[in-house]
Amino acid sequence: MAVSIEAPRAPRTRTTRRTTGRTNYELYGWVFMRASGVLLVVLIFGHLFMNLIDGEGISAIDFGFVAGKWASPLWQVWDLLMLWLAMIHGTNGVRTIINDYAERDGTRIVLKVALYLAFTVVVVLGTLVIFTFDPCPPDAPANLLPSFCTA
Amino acid sequence: MPEAPAGTLYRGREGMWSWLAHRVTGFAIFFFLLVHVLDTALVRVSPEAYNAVIGTYKNPVMGLGEAGLVAAVVYHAFNGIRITLIDFWSKGTRYQRVMLWIVIGLFVVTMAGFLPRHLGNVFGGH
Repeated sequence: MAVSIEAPRAPRTRTTRRTTGRTNYELYGWVFMRASGVLLVVLIFGHLFMNLIDGEGISAIDFGFVAGKWASPLWQVWDLLMLWLAMIHGTNGVRTIINDYAERDGTRIVLKVALYLAFTVVVVLGTLVIFTFDPCPPDAPANLLPSFCTA
Repeated sequence: MPEAPAGTLYRGREGMWSWLAHRVTGFAIFFFLLVHVLDTALVRVSPEAYNAVIGTYKNPVMGLGEAGLVAAVVYHAFNGIRITLIDFWSKGTRYQRVMLWIVIGLFVVTMAGFLPRHLGNVFGGH
């Protein structure tokens, strides 16, 4: 096999850089962080106002408070949107942190599997809770329930 | 300490420290979010279970923790808007330092409004 010698100062051929299968997913992630971030400012500031500032704040939060809020479709949609956007935004942020600091391949894989597992469990659980919530469970004491349960 | 090269946004001074604070606050908020969805999920178990766990959020130590959490959220929110402006506004990079001081100013004003209200609810005796 003849060995060809490249001309001096010839441009280096790209052998290590992958040119196939490259995608725009990192760009979409970058755009998502900014778009979801702007929405989350509104959603979370609204959430904090309703739960920590309005009325008696944290000291008024109990089962009846949550049931009263979720009786309104507005707060159901609000909380559902906040759950999904915050979890995707946060998971993508932590993924970036893992990529930055976990240098060994094995460490990165383990951390990311744990991250995606936590994402799936929390999003599925939270979504089910919002959609299957019963504000008036039949065997619960009436004084713990919102007033509309007895009406 | 050597000066950061001119024209960089993320090495040295305001750009770097705001980036670091953004990363630290975001990381902390994410782990609170995981716990917060789990505690709220207790409404699906029973009113007693939910009230018992949310009751722990009302003690003074947790009340101070919530103040810290809100501080982290408020900084992350305002600085996130700053980052978005740096990326999408044509003059964003030129004003990134000024915008950080605006972020800090808005942070102070927001916390000055929030803290008395929240700490009053936590320590107000219920």
